[in-house]
Amino acid sequence: MIKIDNQIQEILESVSDPEIPVLSILDMGIVKDAQQKADHVLITITPTYSGCPAMDVIEEDIVNAFKSHNIEAKVDTVLSPPWTTEWISENGKQKLEKYGIAPPMNETMDKKALLDGERIIKCPQCGSTNTEMVSQFGSTPCKALFKCQDCLEPFDYLKCI
Amino acid sequence: MNDNLYQYILQLSDNSMILGHRLSELCGHGPSLETDIALTNISLDLYGQTRSYCQYAAKVKGEDFNEDTVAFLRTEREYKNVLLVEQPNTDFAYIIVRQFLFDAYHLPLLEQLKNSKDEMIAAIAAKSIKEVSYHHRFSSEWVKRLGDGTEESHQKMQEALDYLWAYAGELFEESQIEKWAKEEGIGADLNAIHEEYKKDIEAVFAEATLTIPEYDPYQQGGKNGIHSEHMGYILTELQYMQRTYPNMTW
Ligand SMILES: [Zn+2]
Repeated sequence: MIKIDNQIQEILESVSDPEIPVLSILDMGIVKDAQQKADHVLITITPTYSGCPAMDVIEEDIVNAFKSHNIEAKVDTVLSPPWTTEWISENGKQKLEKYGIAPPMNETMDKKALLDGERIIKCPQCGSTNTEMVSQFGSTPCKALFKCQDCLEPFDYLKCI
Repeated sequence: MNDNLYQYILQLSDNSMILGHRLSELCGHGPSLETDIALTNISLDLYGQTRSYCQYAAKVKGEDFNEDTVAFLRTEREYKNVLLVEQPNTDFAYIIVRQFLFDAYHLPLLEQLKNSKDEMIAAIAAKSIKEVSYHHRFSSEWVKRLGDGTEESHQKMQEALDYLWAYAGELFEESQIEKWAKEEGIGADLNAIHEEYKKDIEAVFAEATLTIPEYDPYQQGGKNGIHSEHMGYILTELQYMQRTYPNMTW
């Protein structure tokens, strides 16, 4: 059994979020369950945002990843409990920052940054907190758009939900 | 099949879908890049919610219904959205006031539906509320910025509010289906939502130096399928692919 569990984990780790390819779906915290059934594995996932256009692709990618190991996978989607940015792993947050996306803060800090314009979001390029929000909505539903006043680069911030 | 439940889900779904459609029309036409992206992101959220509702409605309906037939293949009278959400994108002031009047209702509605006895409705509400709180932030901030902005932006916002106010009351006119859902513990209590709504909009409009019109909102009918002249055009566009190529999939 352990062997199978490890293998499932490994395969899931090879499936990335199509919109943030440096993160695996495990890093994102969208895999809720993985079960070995008699003739297939059942993977349960949950969407980040209701309208996340990546969900159908992720489902397909999971099935294909298992298929390449000659395992049949079925994917189930659940809405409850709703996904939260807190489910992104620590490892995932570090990868995000390296990739150029500022990782989510906790909810109180998030509100201060987005609502009161407090300068606490760190620029993933140069590390400065002299940054400013350009828009609460960015290139995908999960991001807000910021710019750094020091290195002048624009960047995405993965906002809390 | 529980027809009341089906109808109730449709009502929740259609408000999100038709407002989502109106916002999607702005893709590439927003007044600035940031607002364009924001409005289409909000549209995407609303469509995501619609999809969850439509999948659930199709399951409740049974037979050979699916999310697409529920979303696209009804006649105008079978759509139960309020008239407010079908009002056109006259200008950015209308878009923002329409959005804020809806968000101020949507947020406390979902707060109540989170505790619905219907597990699926509760799950969709718990998911959606996180997104809708961002919508509410966005629309209320723009109401303040433009209302308390230049003379021209103030005047345009007041004009939009004076016009759209007529449609704001229908949200709280309890339909038979809503009454049923409330009594079953599935739906929301509109009176309680109305109280929160009033507090919210009064505070925001006051900060925005905008005056809430004195007349009582009088436009209604959408909840019972009686729509304004705009609805036919919306459905023509929305349904075109499914009507032209029945059962098409991507
Ligand atoms: Zn920088």
